[in-house]
Amino acid sequence: MIPSAAVPRAASCLLENAWVCPEYLTSRRSELVDAVVAHLQITVVSVVVGALVALPLALLARRVRALRPVVLGASTALYTVPSLALFSLLLPFTGLSRTTVVVGLVLYSLTVLVRTVLTGLEGVPEEVRDAARGMGFAPSALLWRVELPLALPVVVSGLRVATVSTVALTTVGTIVGNGGLGDLVYDGLRTDFRAEVLTASVLCVALALVLDAVLLVAGRLLVPWRRGVA
Amino acid sequence: MGWLTGALAWLADGAHWQGADGVPQRLLEHVGLSAAAVGIGCLVALPLGLWLGHVRRGGAFAVATGNLARAVPTFAVLVLLALAPSPFGLGTTSTLTALVLFAVPPLLTNAYVGVLEVDPAAVDAARGMGLTSSQVLRRVELPLAVPLVMNGVRLAAVQVVATATIAALVAGGGLGRIIVEGFGRQDQAQLLAGAFLVLALALAVEGGMELLQRRVDPLRRARGRQRVAADAHLDVRSGSS
Repeated sequence: MIPSAAVPRAASCLLENAWVCPEYLTSRRSELVDAVVAHLQITVVSVVVGALVALPLALLARRVRALRPVVLGASTALYTVPSLALFSLLLPFTGLSRTTVVVGLVLYSLTVLVRTVLTGLEGVPEEVRDAARGMGFAPSALLWRVELPLALPVVVSGLRVATVSTVALTTVGTIVGNGGLGDLVYDGLRTDFRAEVLTASVLCVALALVLDAVLLVAGRLLVPWRRGVA
Repeated sequence: MGWLTGALAWLADGAHWQGADGVPQRLLEHVGLSAAAVGIGCLVALPLGLWLGHVRRGGAFAVATGNLARAVPTFAVLVLLALAPSPFGLGTTSTLTALVLFAVPPLLTNAYVGVLEVDPAAVDAARGMGLTSSQVLRRVELPLAVPLVMNGVRLAAVQVVATATIAALVAGGGLGRIIVEGFGRQDQAQLLAGAFLVLALALAVEGGMELLQRRVDPLRRARGRQRVAADAHLDVRSGSS
């Protein structure tokens, strides 16, 4: 231990193990930036992959009536599985890696995304579909140029819920050593370092709120015809 | 599939089912703490949610609580409370407090929405028959809100069981402890056995709560399948663990 008298005054909040400590922000700056970047990467990759998996599943559930309850039931049941158990159960397949966390988070995101994509597509009025077919739209053009754009507001709302949940859940990935800001929270617990725990926790909530706002704005920009409606 | 036989062998070993860190003891801790948290959560959140729905106020508050709960990592709250001064710190009080905090949002939102969505004609008719405001709440709104209230209880229970698992990473006991110790010893058989036990408990709670949800609805025969409750599943879900 360094005697307190020998330490500059500015560092005292670290010695006092204060919850709020500006000194921590400057001295561990690169560590914090790395954790935020890792957290962001895990979240974005998980939600993007989740959306790419959810779309064909939703289309399948729409096309084949009999599969609808199966697809919805399976994706909804996933939320029952506690994250710590899910990450552990993936371990034999993907090991102590970031992949384990991403696969787990993709599975959780499906709970929300499959349902919202399906709801969005089913909300497209039948007259709109008829009109597009009458104008000579092929099935794929109908999907990409008419149905998905009209489903976008609902899909974006699902993406927002999935993203915010994913940011929070990423922290549990620390059990396999890839929890982004969760790694700092866990380290702070083991070393009894309050500033590290509080800073990482606040950054995590802030990240969720910022991503939510980004998606909200992006959604508004992508659906200009609804601007000012809701 | 060596990992699966390893996990099954761990579960089959009688030594793991005895003593202070045996499976029954861990299960008891997990269920006891979760039940206490959901119970306290109900006492706090249900009266508030029902009343807010009755006076048709505080919708923004109920929704904001749900949204905020989704953004706050359960793990971070558990650690923050574990490092907080007395009466918190490493121990049951902190774990229980965190569990209650995450039980409240789904209970509050569902109770609020449940009363809010009661057919206004039914409320009007009750008023016209001379029922007082509190009688309307107890005899008309509450019975009609039961499916959604129970939906909230189910979501809270699932959420709390998952969070109680994470509590093992911090200080708590429960079945999560078996997983965490498995990681600590790099014993894959143990951590997978723990994960299976947690999974089984979570599915049992979900299944049991669904049954309960159907049993306690006073109007279930009159109404048939509860489409409202099923559809509200995700919309009013909050928190993530």
